[in-house]
Amino acid sequence: MSTTTNQPVEYNLKVVKQFTIMTLIWGIIGMALGVLIAAQLIWPALNFDTPWLTYGRLRPLHTNAVIFAFGTSALFATAYYIVQKTCQTRLFSDKLAAFTFWGWQAVIVAAVITLPLGITTSKEYAELEWPISILILLVWVAFIIVFFGTLAIRRTSHIYVANWFYGAFIIAVAMLHIGNNLAIPVSFTKSYSIYAGAVDAMMQWWYGHNAVGFLLTAGFLGMMYYFVPKQAERPVYSYRLSIVHFWALITIYIWAGPHHLHWTALPDWAQNVGMVMSVILFVPSWGGMINGIMTLSGAWHKLRTDPILRFLIVSLSFYGMSTFEGPMMAIKSVNALSHYTDWTIGHVHSGALGWVAMITIGAMYHLIPILFERERMYSIRLINTHFWLHTIGVVLYIVAMWISGVMQGLMWRAVNADGTLTYSFVESLEASYPFYFVRFVGGVFVVAGMLVMAYNVWKTIRSEQVRASEPLATQPA
Amino acid sequence: MSSFWSWWIIVLTLGSFVAIAALLWWNMKNFTDVEEGESMGHEFDGIIELNNPLPRWWTILFWVCLAWGLLYLLLYPGLGNFQGLLGWSSSNQHVRSLEESRQATLEAREAGLYVAYDRERARAEEQYGPIFQQYASLEIEEIAQNREAVRIGQRLFLQNCAQCHGSDARGSLGFPNLTDGVFNWGGSAEHIYTTLMEGRVGEMPSFYDQLGEQGIREMTAYVLSLSGRTVDRDLARAGEENWVVCAACHGPDGRGNIALGAPDLTNNVWLYGGSQRAIEETLRYGRNGVMPRWDSILGEDKVKILSGYILSLNAE
Repeated sequence: MSTTTNQPVEYNLKVVKQFTIMTLIWGIIGMALGVLIAAQLIWPALNFDTPWLTYGRLRPLHTNAVIFAFGTSALFATAYYIVQKTCQTRLFSDKLAAFTFWGWQAVIVAAVITLPLGITTSKEYAELEWPISILILLVWVAFIIVFFGTLAIRRTSHIYVANWFYGAFIIAVAMLHIGNNLAIPVSFTKSYSIYAGAVDAMMQWWYGHNAVGFLLTAGFLGMMYYFVPKQAERPVYSYRLSIVHFWALITIYIWAGPHHLHWTALPDWAQNVGMVMSVILFVPSWGGMINGIMTLSGAWHKLRTDPILRFLIVSLSFYGMSTFEGPMMAIKSVNALSHYTDWTIGHVHSGALGWVAMITIGAMYHLIPILFERERMYSIRLINTHFWLHTIGVVLYIVAMWISGVMQGLMWRAVNADGTLTYSFVESLEASYPFYFVRFVGGVFVVAGMLVMAYNVWKTIRSEQVRASEPLATQPA
Repeated sequence: MSSFWSWWIIVLTLGSFVAIAALLWWNMKNFTDVEEGESMGHEFDGIIELNNPLPRWWTILFWVCLAWGLLYLLLYPGLGNFQGLLGWSSSNQHVRSLEESRQATLEAREAGLYVAYDRERARAEEQYGPIFQQYASLEIEEIAQNREAVRIGQRLFLQNCAQCHGSDARGSLGFPNLTDGVFNWGGSAEHIYTTLMEGRVGEMPSFYDQLGEQGIREMTAYVLSLSGRTVDRDLARAGEENWVVCAACHGPDGRGNIALGAPDLTNNVWLYGGSQRAIEETLRYGRNGVMPRWDSILGEDKVKILSGYILSLNAE
């Protein structure tokens, strides 16, 4: 049942290295952009009266940079690495893999140019106009061929669970991208969606929520299933749990979109089905967290000494927290309070900075010494520094947004004895300023941590200390 | 929706429930030939997987959530056209006009359905209606003098009017300042009330075809001169010759006409800006201003209190 051959495999690590380095670079850029727009909410003059530096144009650039540049580059890097290692075979096609790297970077550069220019479809997380949208599709088809082609030529009898998650993520994203981006071009830089009204809104959030579900959850669970047992050097806790939570997760997630449209023109039946599925989703989501954290049983002491493992395990805690919070917020009566407030922003960032960024950072610290054939990272102490900077930053961010979100929700619904609303919108905005400042400080902590990481990675790559143990068969790059 | 789509939704939804329940059931027992707690025997790059059972509390939670989901879909709308046993809906669905909406509200009440939006409106009407009625029985001029009524009027203003006219009611470009005593449609209590109840559409046509580029420059100079601004006299005199075109609405002396909403051009108050460039633009392209009607949204009582508030802003 195990590996069928002992012959060393020549892995394609070049593309993994490329995506890994770009993950780091885009991470710093995307998060720094987040800090800038957080500052603009406190000091609006920071847009310098320049159209392409205004909040409205930089905010989509921030989301695109962190989700598609940082997050997705990390998924490409780890998917290519893990599928090779767990299938004991080289990538199906080096050329197509190289095309996905350069194609994806071209997509991101195009986003960096077009979004500040105001060229946008105005669909959240799908802002890129149709020529870029088509390039995304081409890259993704190549990704599908490389990934599933590699699975097909695997030299192991089974397909490891991490690859189930990567596979589901890759297929679902292709389906979502095509579904939501169908549009009629009217010029090279402008197109109009083929959907209208409530149907358009529903398609948008079917896409939007499953970008969270399949890209930011399923993909990163794949990452978790490889790097947690590797770093902890422990077996995966439960094979059967992974079967149940995988199939239940992908079956239920696809229904959850309507919870973004509670109490709108979307018909009741769609809102209710969306809410029911979103609440049930909490259980399979926690299945992944349990399997990850229980993998550590018998090795808890390692958390004291290994900051990389700490990144991985704390990311799972944030995952558990946000996948509990999300279903609660999807309940219509809770949503009536939380919707349109900063609570949503806090929730997203507890997932994005807590779960996605931390699991990625942990995986990168594990991966980089291997890719560059070094014994270990240049400084373990700096990893620890990064861990604390990041954790403090995330906690400041989400606590500030919780308080300001709940406060906004309560202010908007406060009613006087005569039935009129107690507060005007501007009053709730004014009350939010202190929390915007705390959020900004949290963001500064996170970016500072990323810069510490960049330094550490630079020193690791430049160091002379070459990996001695567990020699890796590498390709002649 | 058609019964095909209704059944499509029902089958997919319940099918997902059944599939997940079967999956959970199947994995609750050890179907493998490996002892519980032992390795599954696969090995991937050094990673092995144990055959531990599903956590008991987690499995129970899963069943509870699935059961709750089914119960919810039984009680509330969700399964296609099935309305749920409680007869609940958030609002009247699929209405396309106010008329249809009123009709649906009546029908739902007769059928004893629970339409959450209608119920809440009715409850609010019952609870708060008398408070508004109490003030609305006063004359608008009296309301403007009544401190408590003005305070209620201000809250109504902040929630319904401030989006365009600003929190301080001083308006902005294209949205009238309501505190300066200048009202294009009339500033009496009666006029303000009518403006709020019925809405207004203020249309200034484009005069480009009639006046041409030079004519617009001349007319702009004349219009500016009406409010005592320094202008090129020759240009203004040339503009005056065409004034008869504008006088139809703005009057022979340029003092406007509240029946048409035509602004007084002599008071140096400008809805769309009073710079030479802004006035040229107004003449060249025309302007279109819409004040929506509030009768069906706020109702007479609230509109009366709001009118009193607006009036109070202009009291000397």
